[in-house]
Amino acid sequence: MLLRLKSMLIKEFIQALRNPRMRLVLFLPPLIQLIIFGYAANTDIRNISLAIYDLDNTPESREMIERFTSSGYFRIAHRAADAREIRRWIDEGKISAALQINDGFARETRQRQGTTIQIIVDGTDSNTASVVMTYAQRIVAEYSRQILVARIRTLPDIPPEMKRPFFTRGGIEIQSRAFFNPNLESRNFYVPGIMAFLIMLVTLILTCMSIVREREIGTMEQLIVSPIRPVELIMGKTIPFALIGYIDVLLVTLVGVFWFEVPIRGSIPLLLAATTIYLLSTLGIGLFISTISRTQQQAMMTMFFFFVPAILLSGFVFPIANMPQVVQYLSYADPLRYFLVIIRGIFLRGSGFDILWPQMLALAILGAAVFTFSSLRFRKRLE
Amino acid sequence: MKLIRLKAIALKEFLHIVRDPRSLALAVSIPMLLLLLFGFALTLDVDHIPTVIYDLDRSPQSRDLLDRFLSSRYFQLLDIAPNYAHLQKLLDSGQALMGLVIPSNFSRDLEANREATIQILMDGTDANTATIALGYASAITLLYSQDLLQHKMNRLGLGKISPPIEPRIRIWFNPDLESKNFIVPGLIAVIMAILAAILTSGTISREWEMGSMEQLISTPIRNAELILGKLIPYFFIGMIDLALSVAMGKLLFAVPLRGNGLLLFSLASLFLLGAICQGVVVSIITKNQLLSSQISIILSYLPTFILSGFIYPIANMPQVIQFITYVVPGRYFVAILKGIYSKGIGLEILWWEGLLLAVYAAAMTFWAHKKFQKRIA
Repeated sequence: MLLRLKSMLIKEFIQALRNPRMRLVLFLPPLIQLIIFGYAANTDIRNISLAIYDLDNTPESREMIERFTSSGYFRIAHRAADAREIRRWIDEGKISAALQINDGFARETRQRQGTTIQIIVDGTDSNTASVVMTYAQRIVAEYSRQILVARIRTLPDIPPEMKRPFFTRGGIEIQSRAFFNPNLESRNFYVPGIMAFLIMLVTLILTCMSIVREREIGTMEQLIVSPIRPVELIMGKTIPFALIGYIDVLLVTLVGVFWFEVPIRGSIPLLLAATTIYLLSTLGIGLFISTISRTQQQAMMTMFFFFVPAILLSGFVFPIANMPQVVQYLSYADPLRYFLVIIRGIFLRGSGFDILWPQMLALAILGAAVFTFSSLRFRKRLE
Repeated sequence: MKLIRLKAIALKEFLHIVRDPRSLALAVSIPMLLLLLFGFALTLDVDHIPTVIYDLDRSPQSRDLLDRFLSSRYFQLLDIAPNYAHLQKLLDSGQALMGLVIPSNFSRDLEANREATIQILMDGTDANTATIALGYASAITLLYSQDLLQHKMNRLGLGKISPPIEPRIRIWFNPDLESKNFIVPGLIAVIMAILAAILTSGTISREWEMGSMEQLISTPIRNAELILGKLIPYFFIGMIDLALSVAMGKLLFAVPLRGNGLLLFSLASLFLLGAICQGVVVSIITKNQLLSSQISIILSYLPTFILSGFIYPIANMPQVIQFITYVVPGRYFVAILKGIYSKGIGLEILWWEGLLLAVYAAAMTFWAHKKFQKRIA
């Protein structure tokens, strides 16, 4: 048994690594993806390009503008000479917000009824727009409050209570603290996720396509007439890809920790154990797709049909809590969902087995079920 | 180039597709699946944040503030913690995303006109959600303290003083900030790119793998005829998918299409042509279906999903990555789609993006033609 398995494994390794391009494709894309995701998949919103249309041009209006730029969120991209320019810049995508201060701004801030300031936001990207809106509201409210406080101070006969800090400083202060990711860097959220994503992509494609390929080219018959048993065939078709998956995990972890400085707070053996359980389900699914596909084209499309929802419903980018209830139930069938919780837990929270065991158990049950089912189907197709 | 030979190749490729009804069905259902998922299930909007509350003050004031938090659609009460450890545990286990602590001297401070403090503890794992949630929390708190100030000034007999500056915010193009209005147009680019890649990546490499390439080589067919003949059926499927996506966007998701539909289709066909030829080039170079499918997926989905500005704004990326995005055709296509859909602009503004897409399509077609050699290597 060991001898036959060994020769099968050697054959698979040779097949997978013979082509120099293939060697490159197995290990380079994970790195490229990691780097692109690490740098580009960034929802932190800064450097919002802002157009200024200041009709008042007073120290007060300049102070208002200064507060936008010094907040670190906005950067002045253009200064408008008339209102039509704003429209054009937004159409061209050169600015994503505009600030219009009307004539009389400074005067009206000193009056009882107050003044207004116009903020125009490009709503095309709704996520960015809502963040821009909150930032702008906060900056204006802050400035408005300071003007009010200054005014109260200058009132001739103010009651002594008004000199208390609530009036002169600010009402309620928020002390906020973010656990696990104090600087709120989205990179720390994405990098562990990419690992989960890559393992799935690599093992899924390799397993299903390499099996279907044997069938398509006709070499499967040769394998069947050889003394190799079905179990050995299955192991031979999965173990090499599992190993490639492990190497990718290692690669991504190293780059993530040393290059992107993503913290790894939990135990690495636990990470490897969880990866093993996870591989069971991804390989199982790959095996399953191979049993229902005749050609590599079919295998690839079927794989995609499974892979895309698995990624999107896993919570990798889009939070599961925001999905409709029915879809949330659906996501329980997604192995990636559990693995993401585990891997993010190990990386960012330093969670151990005591917290992660329900996820690991669910993943193990799912993996065992999928793998057994697919292997049985695979054997049946061989006979 | 002879029309009859071109027709023969197109027919042969077409038969390949039709004889494999599952692949054809998948080619139509993958776009539908993506649209359904993004349109109904996936959103980056942050609301109903599971919040745990630890109120040490238990005063009318603290209840009033908490009420304002929980009656907004952004926060949802998960649990009321009896002690700090319980709150910590809910955050640790990931059940709660936010913890709101009101210290015992909150109302006393407010009564005495001192500054009061509340504490907000966030699970920072998902940085995007956490940042947005903090923004909401501070807006609610700011509003509460403004109302309180007004109330206190009334009590002191100072009468109503409006806040000196009131922001008037106008959101253009998408006033209700619905994420589907920005996701669906961008998604069309992703669908086109993925589909072109998975349809074409195998088309030439399959012939090599199966040995049928030798047969093709021995026929009088010319390079250009072979390449073009292979393109036509896939281009046709791509256009059907495009029409399907636009129709679903309009009928199912009611995403407003403000610009010119014809312009949308013609620019999309340029992108599609480029993407299909790109897949063919990969397929020619690799001669191996497994390899070409891997490379195609990486070359198509990744840039179009991440580097095109579809979800992640390009302006936030580091400078180097921003430069890279200039060579991503998806970037121009996404700009065109969003421009035509949401802003209703036309070629007077989008001519540059349109031109670049035309260059992309032409370059890829040329490359595919040049790369394809009718001989056994």
